[in-house]
This record gives sequence, structure tokens and C-alpha cells, in this order.
Amino acid sequence: MTTATENLSPADAAGQENFDRLIAEDSRIEPTDWMPAAYRKTLTRQISQHAHSEIIGMQPEANWITRAPSLKRKAILIAKVQDEAGHGLYLYSAAETLQTGRDELVDQLLEGRAKYSSIFNYPARTWADIGAIGWLVDGAAIANQVPLCRASYAPYGRAMVRICKEESFHQRQGWEILYELSHGTPEQKQMAQEAINRFYGPALQMFGPPDNDSPNSKQSMDWKIKRFSNDELRQRFVDMIVPQAEALGLHFEDPDLKWNEERGHYDFGELDWDEFYSAIKGAGPCNVQRMQRRRQAFEEGAWVREAAAAYAEKYQSSDSQLIA
Amino acid sequence: MSDQQHWPMWEVFVRSSRGLSHVHAGSLHAPDATMALRNARDLYTRRNEGTSVWVVPTEAVTASDPDSKGGFFESASGKNYRHATYYEKSEGVPHL
Repeated sequence: MTTATENLSPADAAGQENFDRLIAEDSRIEPTDWMPAAYRKTLTRQISQHAHSEIIGMQPEANWITRAPSLKRKAILIAKVQDEAGHGLYLYSAAETLQTGRDELVDQLLEGRAKYSSIFNYPARTWADIGAIGWLVDGAAIANQVPLCRASYAPYGRAMVRICKEESFHQRQGWEILYELSHGTPEQKQMAQEAINRFYGPALQMFGPPDNDSPNSKQSMDWKIKRFSNDELRQRFVDMIVPQAEALGLHFEDPDLKWNEERGHYDFGELDWDEFYSAIKGAGPCNVQRMQRRRQAFEEGAWVREAAAAYAEKYQSSDSQLIA
Repeated sequence: MSDQQHWPMWEVFVRSSRGLSHVHAGSLHAPDATMALRNARDLYTRRNEGTSVWVVPTEAVTASDPDSKGGFFESASGKNYRHATYYEKSEGVPHL
């Protein structure tokens, strides 16, 4: 990696050298280390958008809490949605270590200046969709997040470790929802199959555009934020889910999906990238609804935040007897 | 749009079980210590990972600067007598 230290001040040049050495050694960058402004900027964006995705991602699933088919499933779904809120908060905390405050990060989302993962622009139409989301969407997230546990920026990696531990129940929850359905009535099996038909393509697109359409990937890999390319991770994921679908007694409706003995991987069909970009730009089925709901929640919660702040100022409370 | 200027940042430390020390788990924003502690419990101990939680206002943390190795931390080189492996004559003597 070449670095132009000639145009930097002596302090910055030393910082750049130190940074380069840490990256080359596969060590970790901590918040108070010198880092290039571009590294700080790209990570702030990536981590905060990851956080926004978790928070927005609560919506399609929260929709089903009142509609879950049993009390136990309701309790499990609440726990999952609660986890997603928690994941968003871990990630906001990690993003803040890069010196952008929480208020600014939240404002970026509310004002449409930041993105979130486009998978959440799709609706959850049936209970089976909750299964497909847990299995395929959280599954893709896990495949993406495990390598990120070793991202060069340590607070991001640590947040990923914590998230990965919690995420594995999500994937099992989803798969088992589909298992119950695929082993139920013919109508239930059909519902499960239709849900995975809807989520297969979008879940595979969670890994991002094809490598040669992904200009930022190289810098991200040079900085050891990203450890594997989009296509590598996508392939890995496909190889994992095919046997999982077989174990469900379901299949993926992809006529090009077949084992390739020579490559040692499953071949799969072209994904609809036009639709993907269109959804990212705002034309997905639920983009408007997701942002409306987020802004509404923020506005409706204002009185709680204000009351808490007013109380804190009035009482300066740290009465440990109040603490359960 | 946001109005969280009265919600300072806190660092959260969790002791996962008796006998261990508190370990830094992350941070959060809360208006006061009571809310910070309750939020820390909800955020960092959903799976019974805690027998004790500490919350500390972030501004109360005094930190060493990782770049001032020379001045602040004692140089480790040349002082390997701080390590047991320096002492060779004791090799093989029981319980030493």
C-alpha cells in the first residue's frame, strides 16, 4: 500500500506510518490511534449504516408480533426484535468512537442522508416470511458478519463478536418456523415455499453488487475492514443454504442452481441487479413506509426523552435504592 | 432534529460471573445514572451475562495515550528478569 507521507506534517506522517504498520501486521486500530481521514469516514458510514439497518430491520418483524400464531412464538419473536434493537445500539456505540455523535448519526437516518440495507425494503407478507427472514436474511447477515469480527477497526470487530453470538438463534428460529410449516398441511408447505421464493434473490443481494461493480471494495480490503469479496461471501452462503433447504423439504426456484463438481461449489442464476439498485434508490415496496414509521417513532418518543432529561436535571439522581 | 444534549455517554462494565472482574462491554447514552444502569442491563445482559453492572460517565474515564509508550509505560526490553522464564537454574526443581 503506498502512502504519500511527503505532504503530511511530521506528526501525521508518523501517524500514517504507525497506521500502515498496524494494518500490515494484521493488528487492530483503536479509537485513539491516528488514522487516515478517509478510513475514519468510510468506517463511520459503514458502521452507522449497519446500525440503521438493524433498527429499520425491526419493522418487518415487529409487524408480526401481534400476529404470531402462538404465545411462545410471540415471545420468541419479541426476543429477536429486542436483539435487533440491541445490535443497532452496539453499532451506534462503535460508530461514535470515531467521533461522530449519536444525534448526528440518528439525524442522518431520519433526514434520508444515510442508507440502510435494502433487504428491509421488502414486506413480510405471511408468517412464513418471518421464517424466511430469520433463516435467509439473518443467515446472510451472519455470513457477512463473521469475517467482520476480524475487521481492522477494533470497536467494530468487538461489536460484531457480540452480535454474532446472539445472531445464531435468529437463524435457527427462522429455519424452524419453516420446518414446522413444511411439515404441516399442504397449504402451510406452500406458504413456506412461496416465502423463500420471495426472499432468495434479495438475501443473496445482501452481500452487495458483483465484485466488478463494487469500486469501494478494494480500498476496504486494503484497509482490512473487509476480509472477503462480495462474490466470495455470496458463494459461501449459497453453498450453505442448499443443503439447509433440502433438510426443510423445500427448494430454491433457481433453474441454474446446481452443484458444479469442477468448481466444488453450487452454480446459481443471475440476480436482478436492476431491481436491487432501484430499491436502493427508493423504489422498493416499503421504502416510504420504513422511513415514515421510523420518523413517527422518533417524534412520538420525544416526550419520553424530554421527560427523562428534565427529571435527570431536576433530581441529579443516582439513588441506588431505585435500581432494581 | 434530535434533542439528546441532556443524554451524556456512559461506559458499561459487566461482571459475567462471581470470581471474575468487570469487563468493558460498550457504551450507551442515558440522562442519568439510574437510567444508564437499567439501559445497560437491557442492552448488555439479555442472556444472563451479568451478575454486576457498572456504568461510568465517559468523561470520568482517564485514559493513557497509546502513542506515548516511551514516556508513560516502562520499557519492557532489557527487563526480562520480570518473567519467570529468565531463571534457568530453577528449571526442573519441583514447585519452583
